[in-house]
Amino acid sequence: MAEALVRINDLHKSFGDLHVLRGIDFEVGVREVVCVIGPSGSGKSTLLRCINLLETPESGQVFVDGEELTDPDCDIDTARRHIGMLFQSFNLFPHLTALENCMVAQTIVAGRGQSEASKVAMHNLERVGLGDKVHAYPAKLSGGQQQRVAIARALSMEPALMLFDEPTSALDPELVGDVLTVMRQLAEDGMTMLVVTHEMAFAREVADRVVFMDDGQIVEQGPPQDVIGNPRQERTRVFLKRVLDPTHVQPT
Amino acid sequence: MTETIHAEPRRRLSPRKRAQRWRLVQYAVLVVLVGLAISLANWSQILDAFFRPDLTWTTIEQGLPKAFYYTVTYTAGAFIYGLVVGTILALMKLSSVGPYRWLATAYIEFFRGLPAIIVFIAFSLLPLGIPGFRIPFPPYGTVWLALGIVGSAYIAETIRAGIQAVPRGQIEAARSLGMTAGQTMRKIALPQAFRIVLPPLTNELILLTKDSSLIFVIGITVEEFDLTYYGREIANNEANMTPLVVAGFAYLLITLPLSIIVRRMERSGAKAR
Repeated sequence: MAEALVRINDLHKSFGDLHVLRGIDFEVGVREVVCVIGPSGSGKSTLLRCINLLETPESGQVFVDGEELTDPDCDIDTARRHIGMLFQSFNLFPHLTALENCMVAQTIVAGRGQSEASKVAMHNLERVGLGDKVHAYPAKLSGGQQQRVAIARALSMEPALMLFDEPTSALDPELVGDVLTVMRQLAEDGMTMLVVTHEMAFAREVADRVVFMDDGQIVEQGPPQDVIGNPRQERTRVFLKRVLDPTHVQPT
Repeated sequence: MTETIHAEPRRRLSPRKRAQRWRLVQYAVLVVLVGLAISLANWSQILDAFFRPDLTWTTIEQGLPKAFYYTVTYTAGAFIYGLVVGTILALMKLSSVGPYRWLATAYIEFFRGLPAIIVFIAFSLLPLGIPGFRIPFPPYGTVWLALGIVGSAYIAETIRAGIQAVPRGQIEAARSLGMTAGQTMRKIALPQAFRIVLPPLTNELILLTKDSSLIFVIGITVEEFDLTYYGREIANNEANMTPLVVAGFAYLLITLPLSIIVRRMERSGAKAR
């Protein structure tokens, strides 16, 4: 593994009595693509949201690019500029066009001028295959198109790391492919990516490493052919059987 | 099988026919009531008291446009004041600093709980209670302030609800792009909140238009009469209700189009979501 871009030490997070993350130690290398899989409620989305501090962990440390984000005096707004995030529900700004969605943070956060911001936004919208939709409002776009605009919006801030929180879970099945294709292209271009997903085929083909989480802990991790193809842990095996062969009736 | 269906005694009329009869009865009752009203009422007297043509014309011509102008101006100024102060109060109520929240809550609850007319009376007495006290821009200043204070309390609650109705994901998306809390509020939350609250805000404007009639307690000169004051003045002099009815219809010229706009916005808003 190359040098670590993300380093997490003994991370704990609770929501009330619910102990969601129970001591996570974890690294993501530069240009590495890591897919996090696991049953719902296993804490994988929470882990992702702790990395850019959308959730504040109770204890433990998060380092991104050498900077400790969990330090109370860390300038989190500046740090977040270099961490792109994609959401299950896209979260495009409905009062702005696709182009404006990609420009707003560039102008007010990165301090770019209108023409430069517009050029960057155009470039990224073309990159995700939406060069013809730049003036459309989100309500006029399909779910797959909205998620691709969201990718272009994140890319426009030139992130060093991108976090994907189940980016295709809210999409109709026939629209999933467009988004996954864009993500695969990003991986090939050398983006560092951390992807929480249920798309096993994507994890198997694109990920450098697959992490299986259950009950707030990392149970098993390694190359996809090992974790998905030949899991060592019983919990991983049970989960994968349910996901890959859902009609199989498992006595419980 | 067919036996059991017919075993129950059949009703004489089908449900459709019964509904038809029932509707017929309702129309019949209505016709009788209207007929009674027409035959029993003293129409010439009613027309004379409420709708005298010559007085209608005098009211319109003597200064209705001017009174209309004053009602609109009083209301518009108060609405702008209410919007500005209301937005500030809404932001205070959502502040993480406790005392701001308490102050805003106290202001809102106080002025929402009070009859508007008390606020107006208080403003009319201010110069007496505090000698030398003067509000600038007479008479506008006093009216805008009194009406605006009442309006701002309601508008603040509306805007606060609007800000809170902006989905959490919008805030998270903005923050994850590196926007500060303030930038997120200005560029992402507030523009969406105002879109959400446009229908209820227009309703506030309608309420303010009607409440502007309360300025009669403040005491203003003939030159600055609003619709109510103006209508009442002529009605008093002529000992006839017609001028007041005309003034009332003038309010409808403002409020009815606004209601129609609200209904349109609500329909298109429901479609967009």
